[in-house]
Amino acid sequence: MLAPVHHIIGLTTIIRERLLPVSGNVLVRVQQKVTAGEAIAEARWAREHVLLDVARLLGVSPAMADSLIKCQVDDKLAASAEIAVGRGLFPRSARAPREGRVVAVGGGQVLMEVGESKMELRAGLPGTVIQVIPTRGVVIQSHGGLVQGVWGNGRIDSGLLVNLMQTPDSALTPDRMDVSLRGSIIMGGMIRNLETLQALAELPARGLIASSIHPSLISKAREMRYPILVTDGIGSLPMNSAAYKLLSTNAKREIALNAETLDRYAGAKPEIVIPLPTSSEPPAPNDMESFAPGMQVRIRRPPAHGMIGSIVSIKPGLTALPSGLRAQAAEVKLENNETIVIPLVNMEVVG
Amino acid sequence: MAASIVTGNSLLALDVGAANTRAALFDVIEGEYRFVACGAAPSTVDAPIRDVSEGARSAIQALQDILKRTMLDVSRSLILPSQPDGSGVDALVVTVSAGPAVKTLVVGLLRDVSLDSARRLTESTYARIVDSMSLGDQRKPEQQIDSILRLRPDMVVIAGGTDGGASRSVQKLLDPIGLASYLLPEEKRPAVLFAGNEKLIEEVRALVGTLASTLHFSSNIRPSLDIEDIPPAESELAQMFVKIRKKQLRGLDILDHWAGGHTLPTAYATGRMVRFLSNVYGSPKGLLSVDLGASSAVIAAGFKSKSVLKAFPQFGQGEGLPGLLQHTTLENILRWSALDLPPDAVLEYLHQKALYPATIPATKEDFAVAQLAAKEALYLAMQLARRDFPKDSAFIKPTLTPLFDPIIAGGAALSDASRPGSSLLLLLDSVQPVGIATVILDQNNLMPLLGAAASVNNILPVQVLESGAFLSVGTIVCPVVAAKHGASILKARVMYENGAEASVDLKYGTIEILPLASGETGRITIQVSRGADIGYGPGRGVKNLSISGGALGVVFDGRGRPLDLPGDPARRRELLQKWNWALGGG
Repeated sequence: MLAPVHHIIGLTTIIRERLLPVSGNVLVRVQQKVTAGEAIAEARWAREHVLLDVARLLGVSPAMADSLIKCQVDDKLAASAEIAVGRGLFPRSARAPREGRVVAVGGGQVLMEVGESKMELRAGLPGTVIQVIPTRGVVIQSHGGLVQGVWGNGRIDSGLLVNLMQTPDSALTPDRMDVSLRGSIIMGGMIRNLETLQALAELPARGLIASSIHPSLISKAREMRYPILVTDGIGSLPMNSAAYKLLSTNAKREIALNAETLDRYAGAKPEIVIPLPTSSEPPAPNDMESFAPGMQVRIRRPPAHGMIGSIVSIKPGLTALPSGLRAQAAEVKLENNETIVIPLVNMEVVG
Repeated sequence: MAASIVTGNSLLALDVGAANTRAALFDVIEGEYRFVACGAAPSTVDAPIRDVSEGARSAIQALQDILKRTMLDVSRSLILPSQPDGSGVDALVVTVSAGPAVKTLVVGLLRDVSLDSARRLTESTYARIVDSMSLGDQRKPEQQIDSILRLRPDMVVIAGGTDGGASRSVQKLLDPIGLASYLLPEEKRPAVLFAGNEKLIEEVRALVGTLASTLHFSSNIRPSLDIEDIPPAESELAQMFVKIRKKQLRGLDILDHWAGGHTLPTAYATGRMVRFLSNVYGSPKGLLSVDLGASSAVIAAGFKSKSVLKAFPQFGQGEGLPGLLQHTTLENILRWSALDLPPDAVLEYLHQKALYPATIPATKEDFAVAQLAAKEALYLAMQLARRDFPKDSAFIKPTLTPLFDPIIAGGAALSDASRPGSSLLLLLDSVQPVGIATVILDQNNLMPLLGAAASVNNILPVQVLESGAFLSVGTIVCPVVAAKHGASILKARVMYENGAEASVDLKYGTIEILPLASGETGRITIQVSRGADIGYGPGRGVKNLSISGGALGVVFDGRGRPLDLPGDPARRRELLQKWNWALGGG
């Protein structure tokens, strides 16, 4: 059975495609080095539209109005610019209510776009641009440590990693914050209250790596202006040992935190990249494997939710579970040496 | 059915679900079509594979492994038709429910008339209504345009104008849609279905034809103010949905090509099967199919006068699960719990399951929490579906679930045959059926596959249905009655084929079972207390009614309707535990 892979790797090659959701301009070129927070592409679009019913304003038929309209598609009009003038001794006129661009003319009407919204797409990881996808974005390559998360609040930043976790099951509380943490990315364990998120915002911190977050805090976490990445799940879960070891041994290093929102269709996952110098290019990891004995796995549901173990054997056929359901399963030896049976669909390969 | 009518063609049916893809083989055995076996594999809609044909190939591979029969060639393409060496299959049909709910804009002239009909039509597929427009819309046209540009609907469903009626008003509604589509990049333009005044077809074609990704027409779903005719439009909507999915889900075009275009939305295929069964059995009661899976809850009901098909992605047990709390509260979910669970346990489950929709409960406790969410979701889906059941359906009380027989339950949350008692309790609590009915578990989730198969072979579904591929849970007897807890409300005696008898004195607030094994039939005589109604009128029982057995036998649900759970949590949990035990639960 195919196994999804959750990346927690000390040193690897990371290749990521970064694309705008709409067409725009790419701001970087091939071989250019970028930082995680650097804008690599931008898109602009109209904030809103104004539809002028010229025929009604002039009191004429739509066909007549079309013949009186002076502007064309793509014309840029100033506020109060004359769009059409009626006929007669005291002709009425139609004017642009605001500055904007004409996007459609016909049927006695003029549609204008007014105002402008702009979005910038950031690199998300430090590295080298290896491909430009015209009008859409780029492909970036980087080398270093990689830790994927399960939830992100959609923000990106980079900074010095500071570990405030004594153990994988530590919880972060506001009393642990002080000004020395300003501008850092905090490795903080379980997040159980809003005050902790607010205290980090007040510092301000450059980011938060949490093992888990209480479900009631999710909407507030989305509003925070610093990136928040959750490594293990929603609720009260300790950090899995593989992520804890890798992150804690890289404390005091500069890291990039791309707390991208999980998008299972597009393949976007929140990620931590620890840039590391390499003499040769390490291999890029596989995104899918087949379950096999000896593989390191992470368990995604009770029992042993969040724990890391290794597959001892894949059980033949279907196995009856304590829940009463029957499924393909494997014997997994956990780090505490306990061996349990886990359905394959409840595991992912770590690597 | 005479064997000579059967052409001897094998048929493979693929169901591409949000969590799993299943491959079921039907073939001719001893002159009749039979369900042979089913293989399953995780769906590959998501990254990194993002190609549904891979999951389908894995499911077919699993089926090959079970049957020791080759169906894929060396390039992993399906062998079609079957070869003299026995490899391959003769036909393929595909159903699909995977993918995000299709964002839909519904448009109608009048909010309570055509807009309501457009909404009902849209609910027959895996859609999420993101905006609606009618003549009563207070927004300016440019605001409507901006709304469409912001929401980027995948699909626009337009109803309005009785045949020969208003035309200018419909055009007025179409203007903002045409303009917004014009402003969208070509690949983002919505598909448009017009199901309104048929005289406007050419004008609709002129106004939005070149601006829609695809333009579809169906007969008017509201030909007059007092007539609604949705089924023909459901068929067009189903085709439109498949076209949208082929654009969204890589690999579906390959499967559709193998299937020769016989791809249907899973919900639509289920609805088709329910319509078919309704016609075949012609029972004065309705026929109900409920299906609860990762992508949605689907309720399909067939009545004498009409059929109703409802797909509710908002109640799916997968990635949208935290959204359940937009429709209910944690307290409402917890009211179904026999365990004293902290609210956080449920809240965390909803979010964790959304992160990993394909995971399953492995522990008893996890199973119990999963059942709570499933029960509340199906309860809500049934409440919503009931709004659109016909007023002339057979019922005991118009405020309760109509009389249905049989009731067919499918989907991952319901159809697991290893715990029929849990499935039945989920069904009894959420659907709250009334009267006497047979309950069937679609343990292999064949309903949609048979519905899809009917499009290429109309003998197959009939023969497979009669072959025992479904698991009968048994007969349920659910009186509508109000009484004091513990009061006798019904006395029943079952006479078995071997002449033996068993009887029960059902007390209000309890569940009782009399044995009647699968494949056996019996005769039941029921006397009810004054005021109790099992579908024959208050106080009226039934004599020597033929009933069929099943995994549980004859189940008497004496809890009354609507099910009124005690407000006191301890008392409620005690009762829930007793009912769970009564049906064999742990």
